Amino acid sequence: MAVVSLRNVGKVYPPTTKDGASVTAIDGVSLDVEAGDIYGIIGYSGAGKSTLVRLVNALERTTSGEIWVNGQDIAPLPERDLRQVRLGIGMIFQQFNLLGSRSVARNVAYPLEVAGYPKEQRAARVAELLDFVGLADKAGSFPDQLSGGQKQRVGIARALATQPSILLADEATSALDPETTHEVLALLKRVNAEFGVTIIVITHEMDVIQTIATKVAVMDQGRVIERGPVFDVFSNPQCAASARFVSTVVKGVPSPAELAVLRLRHAGRIVTLAFRDSAVDQKEVFGELSAAGVTFEVVYGGINEIQGRPFGHLTLALTGADPVIDRVLEHIRTLTTVTEVR
Amino acid sequence: MDALIDLLPELWTAAYETLYIVALTLFFGGLGGLLVGLGLYLTRAGSILENKPLFFVLNLLVNFVRPIPFIIFLAAAQPLARAVTGSGIGNNAIVFTIALAASFAMARIVEQNLLTVTPGVIDAARSVGAGPIRIIATVLLPEALGPLILGYTFIFVALVDMSAVAGYVGGGGLGNFALQYGYRQFNPIVTWAAVLLIIVLVQFVQFFGNYLARKALRR
Repeated sequence: MAVVSLRNVGKVYPPTTKDGASVTAIDGVSLDVEAGDIYGIIGYSGAGKSTLVRLVNALERTTSGEIWVNGQDIAPLPERDLRQVRLGIGMIFQQFNLLGSRSVARNVAYPLEVAGYPKEQRAARVAELLDFVGLADKAGSFPDQLSGGQKQRVGIARALATQPSILLADEATSALDPETTHEVLALLKRVNAEFGVTIIVITHEMDVIQTIATKVAVMDQGRVIERGPVFDVFSNPQCAASARFVSTVVKGVPSPAELAVLRLRHAGRIVTLAFRDSAVDQKEVFGELSAAGVTFEVVYGGINEIQGRPFGHLTLALTGADPVIDRVLEHIRTLTTVTEVR
Repeated sequence: MDALIDLLPELWTAAYETLYIVALTLFFGGLGGLLVGLGLYLTRAGSILENKPLFFVLNLLVNFVRPIPFIIFLAAAQPLARAVTGSGIGNNAIVFTIALAASFAMARIVEQNLLTVTPGVIDAARSVGAGPIRIIATVLLPEALGPLILGYTFIFVALVDMSAVAGYVGGGGLGNFALQYGYRQFNPIVTWAAVLLIIVLVQFVQFFGNYLARKALRR
């Protein structure tokens, strides 16, 4: 069952000036997030992804469509009723948004205070959460004494305090360095695996999607332009924007400019082979080339892995007699997709 | 100098009256400023209780009162002071008038200090289900506490300044003392004595305010 289900959701901001035009931030998005998913939503700045995630816990109100959260359409709910809904949805932020006037422990306790937990229960839960995020020794520290990664871990502990079934991560690692990013992502993975929390991750970094997401939606100009299991979108992106995102982490097919450079260095024929999953056996492909006496050199590309499944593109420069190359390529075409680049 | 020694009892009375006026106006004006300032902050566009008409009215009111020189405001607000305190003259009338003027001045300071609170922490509080009252009490005021204390310290000096003209409506205090016994009697030493006391008072309060703000900011 989908725990979060968006049905034709729109968000239009009214004009800010008298003659100004209204701004459409979200344009008819439908999306289903299943229980246990780590659902990545990627897009460039201004694509509407942050607005979209803020609609899920109604920090921003939708102007059209339905937003089903745990089986309830929250779009028409008044602010008062939303407070109950929000207890079931944790949220972490790019700038962490910890309360500077409170210690780490009291930050984590905050949602428990709001939810009306008795004091003794709060202390026990806070200790448990700080232990989980590895900051038990920082309980008495204040946010300004912590590093970025530590702050985000406090943010995660706070977001999980009331045991929500959904966690929204709005650019949660965008202010962190790569190493800290991976620590925080690993923690989110544990949150998903150990507590079964469904996570919606907003990011502009494909690396984040590659590391933790199981499904991905690509957003552009307020719309979802492509969606699917992460492996499918990475190994075979359907639209140009998705392909651009994929190319930020995966060296795939050379661009025309890159090809021109390759041409200068390699006189022979250049072909790009697609490898996807274990469906294509590299040993067999390269074996064919060697057996036919064609020498080859890998000049571009790489093999990546998502959720343990390899995929990628390799571009080869081939040297040998043309008829021989034609014959062997003919055979390799039966094994995988071959694109001859000229 | 002899004149000053003769006037010492009056000087102490005047100092006491200044403290009385300033303490009461700090309380009432501070409270009024806090409420109006919160009102301005909460009702402005994009805030948690956005209310354009109310913001417009509050904003206009504050802008309307603030530029009036206090001595003119004192005269203009006299009928109101009479209606509220029962008398248009004396220390209670001036306390009312200063508190009223200070409310609007303080409102701006409160508004500005609240605006320094990152909107993100309010999002964070909303995301865990906190309502407006709880956000004010547990997020806005604690997060802005350091600057707010400095704001109140700043307004304290303005209150001492305003209280100096109390004499015009039959009030007392150091300002009145300096004018009555120093300026009008051509006795600068008496004036300076009052000035010295005011400086000591202001310095003490400023140090105390800085100390509290430092504690609030943990620096």
